[in-house]
Amino acid sequence: MTAAFRIAGAGRLTPAHEARFTFDGRSYAGLAGDTLASALLANGVHLVGRSFKYHRPRGILSAGAEEPNALVEIARDGARRTPNVRATVQELYDGLCAVSQNRWPSLAFDVGAASDVAAPMFSAGFYYKTFMWPKAAWTRLYEPNIRQAAGLGRAPDQPDPDRYASRFAHCAVLVVGAGAAGLAAALAAAQTGQRVILCDEQAEPGGALRFESGVTIDGRPGWRWAQETAAALAAMDNVTVLPRTTAFGYYAQNMVCLAERLTEHLAAPDPEAPRERLWQVRAGRVILATGAIERHMVFADNDRPGIMLAAAARSYLNHFGVAVGRNVGVYAADDSAYAAALDLKRAGLGIAAIVDWRAAPEGAAVEAARAAGIEVLAGHAVTGTAGRLRVSAMTVAPRAGGAARSIAVDALLTSAGWTPAVHLFSQSRGRVGFDAASQRFLPQTYAQACASVGACKGTERLSDAVDEALAAGAAAARETGGRRRKAPRLDAETTETWSGGMLGVGDESAAAPRAKAFVDFQNDVTAKDIRLAVREGMRSIEHVKRFTTNGMATDQGKTSNMHGLAIAAETLDRPIPEVGLTTFRPPYTPVTFGTLVGHGRGRLFDPVRRTATHGWAEAQGAVFEDVGQWKRAWYFPRAGEDMQAAVARECRTVRRAAGIFDASTLGKIEVVGPDAARFMELMYTNPWQKLDPGRCRYGIMLREDGFIYDDGVIGRLAPDRFHVTTTTGGAARVLNHMEDYLQTEFPDLKVWLTSVSEQWAVIAVQGPNSRAIVEPLVDGIDLSDAAMPHMSVREGRVCGVPARLFRVSFTGERGFEINVPADYGLAVWEAVWAEGEKHGACAYGTETMHVLRAEKGFIIVGQDTDGTVTPDDAGLGWAIGKKKTDFVGIRGLARPDLVAAGRKQLVGLRTADPKTVLEEGAQIVETPDQPVPMRMIGHVTSSYWSANCDRSIALALVENGRARSGQTLHVPMPGGSIAVEVTGTVFLDDEGGRADG
Amino acid sequence: MADALVRADVLAGRRAETAGVSVVPGAPASRLSLRAPQAGIAALSKALGLALPKKPKGTAQDGTRAALWLGPDEWLVLDAEGVDLAGLCASVRTAHSAVDVSHRNVAILVSGPAAETVLAAGCPQDLAPAVFPVGAASRTVLGKVEIVLWRTGADAFRVEVWRSFSDYAFTLLAEAARDA
Amino acid sequence: MLLIRCPYCEEDRPELEFRHAGEAHIARPERIAAISDEAFERYFFLRANPKGLIYERWRHLHGCARFFNAVRDTVSDRFVMTYKAGEPKPETLPEETGR
Repeated sequence: MTAAFRIAGAGRLTPAHEARFTFDGRSYAGLAGDTLASALLANGVHLVGRSFKYHRPRGILSAGAEEPNALVEIARDGARRTPNVRATVQELYDGLCAVSQNRWPSLAFDVGAASDVAAPMFSAGFYYKTFMWPKAAWTRLYEPNIRQAAGLGRAPDQPDPDRYASRFAHCAVLVVGAGAAGLAAALAAAQTGQRVILCDEQAEPGGALRFESGVTIDGRPGWRWAQETAAALAAMDNVTVLPRTTAFGYYAQNMVCLAERLTEHLAAPDPEAPRERLWQVRAGRVILATGAIERHMVFADNDRPGIMLAAAARSYLNHFGVAVGRNVGVYAADDSAYAAALDLKRAGLGIAAIVDWRAAPEGAAVEAARAAGIEVLAGHAVTGTAGRLRVSAMTVAPRAGGAARSIAVDALLTSAGWTPAVHLFSQSRGRVGFDAASQRFLPQTYAQACASVGACKGTERLSDAVDEALAAGAAAARETGGRRRKAPRLDAETTETWSGGMLGVGDESAAAPRAKAFVDFQNDVTAKDIRLAVREGMRSIEHVKRFTTNGMATDQGKTSNMHGLAIAAETLDRPIPEVGLTTFRPPYTPVTFGTLVGHGRGRLFDPVRRTATHGWAEAQGAVFEDVGQWKRAWYFPRAGEDMQAAVARECRTVRRAAGIFDASTLGKIEVVGPDAARFMELMYTNPWQKLDPGRCRYGIMLREDGFIYDDGVIGRLAPDRFHVTTTTGGAARVLNHMEDYLQTEFPDLKVWLTSVSEQWAVIAVQGPNSRAIVEPLVDGIDLSDAAMPHMSVREGRVCGVPARLFRVSFTGERGFEINVPADYGLAVWEAVWAEGEKHGACAYGTETMHVLRAEKGFIIVGQDTDGTVTPDDAGLGWAIGKKKTDFVGIRGLARPDLVAAGRKQLVGLRTADPKTVLEEGAQIVETPDQPVPMRMIGHVTSSYWSANCDRSIALALVENGRARSGQTLHVPMPGGSIAVEVTGTVFLDDEGGRADG
Repeated sequence: MADALVRADVLAGRRAETAGVSVVPGAPASRLSLRAPQAGIAALSKALGLALPKKPKGTAQDGTRAALWLGPDEWLVLDAEGVDLAGLCASVRTAHSAVDVSHRNVAILVSGPAAETVLAAGCPQDLAPAVFPVGAASRTVLGKVEIVLWRTGADAFRVEVWRSFSDYAFTLLAEAARDA
Repeated sequence: MLLIRCPYCEEDRPELEFRHAGEAHIARPERIAAISDEAFERYFFLRANPKGLIYERWRHLHGCARFFNAVRDTVSDRFVMTYKAGEPKPETLPEETGR
């Protein structure tokens, strides 16, 4: 069944291709190729939404991306519910389900519209001025209520089930916009063989050719030429044509981001297909052919459904075959609206009158209208409209004064002229200049390798636009190294004229006390609001914008900015360029989070790093913790054990028998070369020259300021080869730090650094039985204390694979760390485990590792240090080579603050009640009975329950801490103060004999 | 005892295949991180049996062995037969650093007409043949991880990635394969 | 995303491969242990932070891994030139070409 306002023979859609859809639950018929807006209009539906602030009935203003009013929710299913979709860009598909927004209980009867009646209360700045007092009411009363009333559309409340993709692309020439100018530019560039990308936000190329009826290019009707040209371009190997793709951001050095919509127009999208794709395009040259956006006229009650832009009405007629009304009024200040009137008239629709704001319009367009019998009211203004849910009449009055008359209309087309779409040009940091003659901001100074062509450059004549686009396309290709080709010629003719236009209010009636002449439809900003902002002291357009919210809605003021600026300038009595243009920022139109995130969700949100034994630990029921991107086994609970019980058991088992621990995540750097020891001397505080091959040393790395940066055990494998270990979290930055000094401060040293963190799986076997466990697995290494004492390293074979075996201990027990090539890590682990089970060993995780090292007073860099701790503060002054004349940090250590008395030093704390476990980070004071704020003299850095000590243990940084040994200090907590005794940092085996034994 | 040990390939069993592309793990190989000043290039080339490339993005290949230029004094040497590459360099007297990284990296092979497009999902470099021809190699990024990328054929790339990042890299390439 | 010319790779590469590394041409004093507090302050703490041209270090971390120097305009973000680490501060800068 043909919809009531579909005109037989008009438009380019195929009547047989019907698509059914619903709007607010009612079923309608549209055609394939419709937008939701054209399909609604075909059914005579103009009322599609309620405005943001006043809940005024709103219709469809435009036929494109600039639409401020017709925002609807499109729901495919519970999870696929998209709010604020512009009906003018949503392509119709069979089964589309759209719902209007911002109304209750229904679109036609909306309780919220009461705010329209109370509108005088809600003028610009209302919120800023009103909800000032009492202050406490903000959080409890004002803000919750404002939030309740505010917002547009409902956000989906389920996870997004769709897929999104992303792609980097590179081309010589990127052309944005596939209207006549963009196509011509792409054609010229493509002929040179250069890589060309052409994108356009619409489903079909053509731009303004969609509605311009009088255009001939290359001997063909404009629209047909556009389709054939785009198809020819798409068929070329060196050209990528991207329809439904918005260039939304123009960044540094010709990086332009495109959002491609792949499935939004499909009735049943392939679930495999991504919904949207982000293109990050790097272009040698960018050609902007973004066209121009028509402005509405600003007059009282200019927002009733049925009032729309003139060119939009032409699109609906010439492309979609839809009449926006049967008795249409036109209110314009430029010539292009006349073409709309003539097209509608030719289609058999009534034109009630053309109200021309200009005093004496003349030229071909005006003559043609008069010749067609259309009444032209020159020098008139529309001063008001009538109609509740749809415009029913316009009030027209001579601007010079005189009687007003009411003219019945069922649609009112307005055009105040065309605003060049300089958004992307402006984003590129190009500077616009105000052309006073045409009252437009035009590209003036280019900041990047780009060119504007056509309407976005202010070029009015089609043939000029096509010529400059061909030249720009050829030049861009030539400048990026394309083959020299003579630029093609295209003959372009048109009967259209785009001259004329005005900015600001049509006449003073728009500023009358009760008038609502909308400048910004989406944010409900009126001409009066902007005048008020100026009266209240706003001088810069940036301030006016923020005070009134003009242009700050999701449409970013595409139709409203210039009017707002003109009204502000007029009120300030200053020229427009002095008031300034607000800055355009990405995105040009809203972009979904999905597009920006692309593949980076779920498993690809961030890399998850696992060690070779991860699966084994998982099978054992290990609980994992995140350490940076690594997953590390935290503890291995057995049946019935909670974390505390598991950790206590693991801690006891290691010291009584043995424990096996995956230490693979430690950073490992191989330092190789004849100057390796010299380099190590510079990077670490310790002396290295005399360390014998086969021996290890605990090293401390400082930053130049003297503070601890990292630490680790370092083994010397050969005179010219060190195996350095770093903290897990420090692996990358320590290598960077070393490379920095090596490359830029000590470039003459013959030494090279290689990360081997992932080459080696590291299996730590710790405890009195560790040697018995390791021994049967080792070939060719004598593990006796005499042959391989504590702090030594050997190369040999473990389980038959090449290994580096360290005798080291981070537990204070006899211990080994077996390094084997990572792919053998699991197999060797399983072999070690089998041996370990014979000797009562357990697997232990990072929590037990932390407790055991704290029992021995071993620090964790980043936990017991915080970037302001020196080796001496940490009780590690012994690790500084006293005879050394240079190492990174040597001068920093001599800074006055670092040698001053009273620095915070690492100490142990014993709580008076051994069962009390302190909180890490808790503050420490001398006496608990001082007034708040108390003087804090330190804080707890590490604190655990120690099953081996059968009491709590803690490490703390305390002012002058070592001198306080034996003193009682206090840790004030919400439940009362906790008394602690200052002790040394070693809680177990003070002499350290266990590691050697 | 060695034959009793199972070598666990971290990407074992992973495979992504579409009409345009196949993404599969590479076989184990020996790998050498080689660092040397200009003075050592000749001797090391001789020891390894292939001329170490001196130009950015350059590679040299001879049979199952290849050397990839990574930096002015850095190469990644690969050998598909598992030859002890560090051992080959041991006799070279000029100062250099040869470190075995056979297990540090994992290879992912991306091949098929859509290979370039698949890699472009995460690699910001221009991979067009004119810029990244067959035989070119470069350290670069793939999404959020670092890789070494080597174009081994018109439609074939080898991705070398650190072991623990290989799951991420493979998953990203497999996802991208669905969109190519 | 910027494009940065790596003087070692002799090619413009995407910013994602690089990492910024602070101001350039600040040499670590030869006998650092002996310098005065004031000299250490100048070396370690004080930076120019100019508006306009800045000489700074970058590292082609995910490329050739080399540190190098760059001249960049802090207002426009534009790289004027890059050169290898260890090379002297350029006496003349290339004319800004094109747009």
